[in-house]
Amino acid sequence: MKLTAVELGKKIKAGEVKVADAVRACLDRIEKLESDINAFVTVDGEHAMEQAEEIQRKIDSGELTGPLAGVPVAIKDNMCTKGLLTSCSSKILSNFIPTYTAEAVLKLKEAGAVIIGKTNMDEFAMGSTTETSYYGATQNPWDVKRVPGGSSGGSAAAVSAEEVPYALGSDTGGSIRQPAAFCGVTGIKPTYGRVSRYGLIAYGSSLDQIGPIAKDVTDCATVLEIICQHDDKDSTSYDAEKGYTGNGITDTGSDFTSALVDDVKGMKIGIPRDYFGEGIDEDVKKSVLEAADVLKQKGAVVEEFDLGMVEYAIPAYYIIASAEASSNLERFDGVKYGYRTSEYTDLHNMYKKSRSEGFGDEVKRRIMLGSFVLSSGYYDAYYVKALKTKALIKKAFDDAFAKYDVILGPVAPTTALMKGESLSDPLKMYLGDIYTVSVNLAGIPGISLPCGFDRNGMPVGLQLLGQTFDEKSIIRAAYAYECSREYKRPATLTERGL
Amino acid sequence: MSKTYETVIGLEVHVELATKTKIFCGCSTEFGKAPNTHTCPVCTGMPGSLPVLNKGVVEKAVAVGLATNCTITQNCKFDRKNYFYPDNPQNYQISQLYYPICRDGKVEIEVDGKKKFVRIHEIHMEEDAGKLIHDPYTDSSLVDFNRSGVPLIEIVSEPDMRSAEEVIAYLEKLRLIIQYLGASDCKLNEGSMRADVNLSVREVGSSEFGTRTETKNLNSFKAIARAIENERERQIDLIESGEKVVQETRRWDDTKEYSYPMRSKEDAQDYRYFPDPDLVPVVISDEWMENIRKNQPELRDEKRIRYKEEYDIPDYDIDIITNSKRMADIFEEAIALGAAPKKVSNWLMVETMRLMKEHSVDADDLSFSAKNLAALIALVESKAINGTVAKEVYEKIFTDDIDPEKYVEENGLKTVNDEGALTKTIEEIVAANPKSVADYKSGKDKAIGFLVGQTMKAMKGKADPGEVNRILKEILSK
Repeated sequence: MKLTAVELGKKIKAGEVKVADAVRACLDRIEKLESDINAFVTVDGEHAMEQAEEIQRKIDSGELTGPLAGVPVAIKDNMCTKGLLTSCSSKILSNFIPTYTAEAVLKLKEAGAVIIGKTNMDEFAMGSTTETSYYGATQNPWDVKRVPGGSSGGSAAAVSAEEVPYALGSDTGGSIRQPAAFCGVTGIKPTYGRVSRYGLIAYGSSLDQIGPIAKDVTDCATVLEIICQHDDKDSTSYDAEKGYTGNGITDTGSDFTSALVDDVKGMKIGIPRDYFGEGIDEDVKKSVLEAADVLKQKGAVVEEFDLGMVEYAIPAYYIIASAEASSNLERFDGVKYGYRTSEYTDLHNMYKKSRSEGFGDEVKRRIMLGSFVLSSGYYDAYYVKALKTKALIKKAFDDAFAKYDVILGPVAPTTALMKGESLSDPLKMYLGDIYTVSVNLAGIPGISLPCGFDRNGMPVGLQLLGQTFDEKSIIRAAYAYECSREYKRPATLTERGL
Repeated sequence: MSKTYETVIGLEVHVELATKTKIFCGCSTEFGKAPNTHTCPVCTGMPGSLPVLNKGVVEKAVAVGLATNCTITQNCKFDRKNYFYPDNPQNYQISQLYYPICRDGKVEIEVDGKKKFVRIHEIHMEEDAGKLIHDPYTDSSLVDFNRSGVPLIEIVSEPDMRSAEEVIAYLEKLRLIIQYLGASDCKLNEGSMRADVNLSVREVGSSEFGTRTETKNLNSFKAIARAIENERERQIDLIESGEKVVQETRRWDDTKEYSYPMRSKEDAQDYRYFPDPDLVPVVISDEWMENIRKNQPELRDEKRIRYKEEYDIPDYDIDIITNSKRMADIFEEAIALGAAPKKVSNWLMVETMRLMKEHSVDADDLSFSAKNLAALIALVESKAINGTVAKEVYEKIFTDDIDPEKYVEENGLKTVNDEGALTKTIEEIVAANPKSVADYKSGKDKAIGFLVGQTMKAMKGKADPGEVNRILKEILSK
């Protein structure tokens, strides 16, 4: 289970490992670790074993030849899986069995992935700690007293704890990158539109993107290559055949694995000074700047610059994401599916009670915030202004990418917090998103990968950002950096002989 | 002295567009199927589903916009209108508020020979909701989502109408334009066209509008006329007695002939409109628009001019025939098959209108084919059948769309053209009716009618009356 997804895929292909053995190994590990980690909402063991047999046959017959054929995967619980509970870690969907499978998940299935189960998350992906789940908090494999980050905390913890080689997460304001950083693994948030959102239960529709979480850059690039395809069912899905026009931006292609080269000579890397001001932990700062030095030594041209607009990202993000969420979550009303209150007097009472009982505090907070900013009289002052801010943030990035291939900085101002620390102070939790939310507002791609440890031995994440449809530059830079260090698994696992 | 009042009316007209599939998914729009059979994750609002715009809806909306002289918004957007109701699976309706597809149009109407323009404020695209069915046995409500996602356009007029007659003329105008475009069948009674009436009254001469009400649930032109009259009187009564008209939505009950308030707009819910992030802006290129313009079929006003020039039939006939696209289609097809325009027009104006009344059939629902009407006209022209038989055969065409040649053949209705046989019969009739013969010879021309009638009777109607007349006169003049 120490293998990466691609390494395991090679062994399966070579006949050295049977798919069933790989699946069983995952299930055994989940059995051993779940009481400590709680990374999964649902483990679909029996069905996974059945799938394993079928996929093994297809591999043996030469029907499946891809790099991830037979490799087990875990899916964040906000992506629809036909016949399998998809709860968004919410009480209101605690009985929801979808009738169809999300497009990104289908792509993995077609490539021979075996779905082990569905991973825990902050309720409806609203949170940065995976503590707001109806199914209980997920623990960080590096230190179970700490949070794994969020909202894809279950996916990041499952990969970190080696319960699965890789997982899918979703990122609306940092929900792939921040938990990857907190758990010492790697994750990519692709350009908005790269991966179909069809079947991803929406939080902030204009910001949501599905992406991979794995142990290394190679795995992430390989997974992204599979799930990144145009989908007619998603109007915002990017069609490479039609290309992209606007702002002189060019699609550098979706053959991401071709960017896995240890060469950054002449690559221009910018470090925003405004990312290292007040609030950043000294150990985080140190590790990130050391990573920049590594790239510099490898021949990259690294310099500091002022990005601008940084302080406006959080308010703009929370207005836009909450506004969209307030509308997206209206369909959860107890009428068609999901939780319905047991006693009610009339229709409106049923709505009110089902939603009051079905949603948790953080979700209610954002629905209220979103409803407020969209209400008449406030729409222009908040929502329209936030959209204008979003455009300015995008422009700030465009200006930066006119000079640099890649922007380098931290993923979060701190490493993983102690459990309970941010639940009591939502505003503090929101401020932790300062380096990630602007990326979603701008729609650009970002990668998060481990770059060291703080004084408590908790992993620090390095964030590399690229221009729209230029995942390849950040994959190349990340890969080159990764080549300079060894992958570190959580010490607690080694200590316990796991 | 009592004051005189003017009624000010604006309309919001919803039209269901005749696309094969729904506006945001591939489900069929077919009407009357078993509940929830034409549904998918998108039109039932399943979590994670996403809307994808049906381009056919845009084309039909643009076609209506062009035909009503609107400016087309070449970069239009969809917005979400948020409100909770069980027939609305997402609890928001995808509609257009900020950038509707058409704006600033106008259509010309004519009432009592007076022409005027009714301006169109905007036309926007939106999705229809599902249907709630209350089950009294279990005291529960069920939802049928077959209609959920059926495309609609809403045509919003300016408050330019002043009477029920103008309202009906405007609706008729819209109906004909849209039917001719093939964009919808526009049936009020089936709900494919729905009109909400915004009405206020003011003293004649006043330049300010009074407080308006919106009346819904109007399922026929008659109901609309009655509701307008009723609402006008209600508002005048309120004003005369010193009360105020409340801005509200009212529901018309056509059997009881009165309206009652549905909900007050003052405490109206806030729909929290915002651009739908799941849909991209609809870009209508010049080229696309030109294509739609080029493919616009001939509309009614153009047809009227052409009929006059090409067929030289009376204006009255032209009006009736073009008042329904279906009838105009039958008319043109029959002519294309070789029938004389005048003859076709006569059949439509006289026999068709009579049978429509007798069978309560609307012109839009005429089910017979132009081919059979043209064949019937040819049979009459070639004197294969006479007028009386033709009417009998036409009834069969009207109800069952039978092939007239086959029918005439099978039922032995062909006129007997054997002159010898006919002469023999006439000679017998003449011999048997000496009194009538004598009357005729003494100058009573009418007496010949009796003899023709007797001959037709003896021939079981299968003779050409003209021919009978000719032979009779020959014999009697001997």
